[in-house]
This record gives sequence, C-alpha cells and structure tokens, in this order.
Amino acid sequence: MSALSRLTATETKLFFREPAAVFFVLVFPPVLLIILGLVPAFRTPDADLGGVRVIDLYAPIVIAMSVAMLALNSLPQMFATYRERGILRRMATTPVRPHMLLGAQLLMCAAMSVAAMVMVILIGRFAFDVPLPKQLLAYVIGYLLATVSMLSIGLLVASLAPSGRGAGAIGSILFFPIVFFAGLWAPRATMSDALRTISDFTPLGAGVQSLQDAAAGHWPQLLHVAVMLGWIIVAGGLAARYFRWE
Amino acid sequence: MAIIEVDNLVKRYGDFTAVNDVSFAVEQGEIFGILGPNGAGKTTTVESIEGLRSPDAGTVRVCGIDPRTDTGELRQILGAQLQESEVPEKLRVGEAMELYSSFYRDPVDWRELLTTLNLSDKIDAQFRRLSGGQKQRLSIALALIGDPKVAVLDELTTGLDPQARRDAWDLIEGIRDRGVTILLVTHFMEEAERLCDRIAVIDAGRVVAIDSPAGLVSAVDDRQRIRFRPSAPLDHALLTALPEVTEVSRAGSQLIVTGTGNLLLAVTAVLARNQVVAADLRVEQTSLDDAFVALTGRKIDN
Repeated sequence: MSALSRLTATETKLFFREPAAVFFVLVFPPVLLIILGLVPAFRTPDADLGGVRVIDLYAPIVIAMSVAMLALNSLPQMFATYRERGILRRMATTPVRPHMLLGAQLLMCAAMSVAAMVMVILIGRFAFDVPLPKQLLAYVIGYLLATVSMLSIGLLVASLAPSGRGAGAIGSILFFPIVFFAGLWAPRATMSDALRTISDFTPLGAGVQSLQDAAAGHWPQLLHVAVMLGWIIVAGGLAARYFRWE
Repeated sequence: MAIIEVDNLVKRYGDFTAVNDVSFAVEQGEIFGILGPNGAGKTTTVESIEGLRSPDAGTVRVCGIDPRTDTGELRQILGAQLQESEVPEKLRVGEAMELYSSFYRDPVDWRELLTTLNLSDKIDAQFRRLSGGQKQRLSIALALIGDPKVAVLDELTTGLDPQARRDAWDLIEGIRDRGVTILLVTHFMEEAERLCDRIAVIDAGRVVAIDSPAGLVSAVDDRQRIRFRPSAPLDHALLTALPEVTEVSRAGSQLIVTGTGNLLLAVTAVLARNQVVAADLRVEQTSLDDAFVALTGRKIDN
C-alpha cells in the first residue's frame, strides 16, 4: 500500500474517533433532511417556489452544509493542530513528505463529503421522492466545484490561523454566513433580490444553485461556475502563498 | 571514519546569526553531545544535519550524503526525534508504529522495538493516554523504526521526572550498543556527563570547545580541593611542603587543601605518618558545570 493510501486510511480512522465531527458531517445532514421531510407542508408543491417542494430545494442545501462542516471546521482545525503539535515536522524527518499528509486529509474530506452526498440523495429519493439529478454530469461538476472552492477556503483558514484552536474559531465564524447564503435558513428562492445577489457570489450560494439547476436538468449558469472558480483561484492562491508547514 | 561532518556551518535568520561557523565531526558509534544554553544554536545546527534547514554557508555531510541535495537518501539513514513533536492524539501506539514503518525501505520489526523500549503493553493505547516518559519512548521508537545509522535526539529528557530521565539514559546507551551513532542535544550537564563520549559546547552560535567530558573539565581546571577535620592539630608546613599542594587554608575546624595531581594520596600519606585522622573527608573536583562557566563566562540556564 502506498504511503498516501495508508495515511488516508489512518486519517479516516482518526476522523471516526471524533464523535462531534462524525455527527455533524455524516449524521446531521441526513437527519436534517428527514426532519424537514416529515413536515407535510414541505412535501407539497409550493406555488411561491415556482411549483417545487421545499424538500426538493433542501437536498442540495443539506449537501452544501455538510461540505461546509468539513471544509471550515474539520480540515482547518485538523491541519493547524498537526502543525501546532509538530506532527508535520516529525513527518518531515521521514522519507514521506508532509504534503502527503495534507493530501491524505483532503482525500479523506472528499470521501466523507461524497458519502454524505450519496446518503442525502438516496434518502431524498427513496423516502421523499426527491428525483435523482436529471443532468448527472452537471451535478457532479457543480458538486466538485463547490467542494474544491470550500476546501480552498478551509486551507486558507488553516494557513492563516495561529493555532488549531484559532483555526476552529475562524472556521466557525465563516461557517454561518456561508451556509446562510447557501440557503440553510431561507432557500435562495425565498430570498430577497439583494440577498440572492449576494448569495450568487458566495461559494455555496453558487454551488447550491448549480446543484439545483443540474437536478432540474440544466447546466449551471456561467456566473455560478465563474464565482466558484474565482473562489478556488483566490482562496487557493492565497492559501498556497501563506501556507506554513511549521 | 566520521559519520557526520559539519564544516563552517553558518545559518542566519534576518540579522541574527543563529549558527556562526560551527564545525565538528562525529565518529561512528559515538554518543556525541551538543551542549549549550537555550538559544545557543543547538537546534538550528541539528536541523541543518536533518535536512530541515538550508545552511547559508558551510557544508554538512551525513555518511557522505549532503542533506540538502540528497534528502531522500538522508531520511532513510537518519532518524530524528524532534523537540515537541507529537503524533495525533487519538492515534494508537501500534497504529503509529505500523504507519511509520511503512514509510521506510527497510524498517525494523516494530513490535520488537516496542518491547525493547518497554512499550509493548501500550500497543492499543492512544497517544493522549501515554505518560510523558512513554510519549518520549514512542518518539524514540519512531526515530529508530527505519533502522537508521544515525539518530538525532533533541532535548529528549526535557520535562521528564528524574526516574524517567534515568530510564531514557539507559535506553540511549542500549541504542548505541545496537550500532547506532547518536547525536544528543541537551542543556543538562548531568546528562552530557553521563552519556556522551564527546561533547561540543556551543554558545551564541559558536563552538567553544570539543572534548570528552573529562577532557573539558581538565582543560579548564585540573585543581582539586580536599576538605577534612583533622583529629589533632597539624602543622600546615607539612602539607605545603608537598609538591602536589598549592594552598592550605582553615575554615573553622576544617582544613582546605588545594592542589593538583595525586593530591589525595599525598595528603593522606602525610596524615597517616603523623597519626592524624581526617574526619568528614571530602574531595571536590571541577565539574562540567564549572567547565561550562569557564568556557562561556556564564552558567548554563536550565
């Protein structure tokens, strides 16, 4: 087994030893979808939402929330703690480069995020008749762009935070506006024009809309693709610029 | 053959010169100590040897390898235990060993290594549940897992209680007996004196002396001092007449005789001839502590 796959397996094992992380990333999103789905009014088409049901809108929002949890809470805290505790420095003295450890953490986050997404899609489909994405390729692309832009922001937080605790705090502060504009409290369809315009320019506002568009069978809007790419370039670039191994 | 060669090493951080023209060579199978106060440049020096820092000038070779250009090969032959470097809190001892042994071309049997380090009953314990001494032993185990030719141990016993520190010393001697050359960074005199074959004393980025612990002491001052309470009055002239004696003085009921060479034998012979018994006899020699003060002009700040 290669060092990367071993490290990824180890990081995954460690992830499952953090009950809070497991709950928020893997348990809470499906549970939230189920709770929303149990409200009868959310399962009936709503004329105000253009004839779709609230539960249909929430499937991508819940997926986005799970991505935000991983990218803003788990990843920065994990990485900054590894730096603070000298875990990266120790790795630097072995034949395996610390880059591998970062790669393993990103792979693990991606795997957990995919797991959460698949659970939400399946529960939506079989429990509440949320149709499977009509434009699957567009859905995958939208999901990848949203996930990578969020992981870039998470890495930027990890780069700038002075400590593991600091990274956790910054991540939590960013989490709420980002999931607000993703529509967690009020889906984009119910936002005022001003709020929705702001949402268009946030990574998960653009991400959720792209997922919704793909679910309905459309390709994502150019604006939203550009916004997510922009976040990847800016946050990823800054993260690379300010990245510290020790 | 020297296994580690450091020649005219210089490392600056901005205007501050952390390591200023440091040179030394470590022979195969030695326990070589780098002794100095905090901030003397010890860690920067060993980090250059470990390939973690690029020197601004000078050369470093480990088994003939340049740590800067052949880093990959260096990592196979050099094991490092760094200051304040942990493993993830919830990683189990056995998992850490298994993971790290997968990094090396030719790892040792990690279960056997854990037995040697007296950690085999902790295989299933998470890192956060280990005591300070156990964490340090795991740290040594991880440094040795790749079967290195050289092990660098940086401030290994800092923060350990006296018993754990003594256990660690026994361990280090055991590692050397396996044929591993050891570079030991420390600011504990007792540790350097007990373990090291040779010591480089570093102060303010410079090497001020390299010698065996005994050599360092005698180079600075080979005077000895004997204190005792004579059972009967004794003419000082009998003692000052001895070639070994340089000075005799009295402090209360005690006589203090200072001198060199085989002072104790010469003095006790005179006492015996004059039927004087020396009560509360004490021999004081220059310690490595005194040598350090003499070499650097100050006490090592523990």
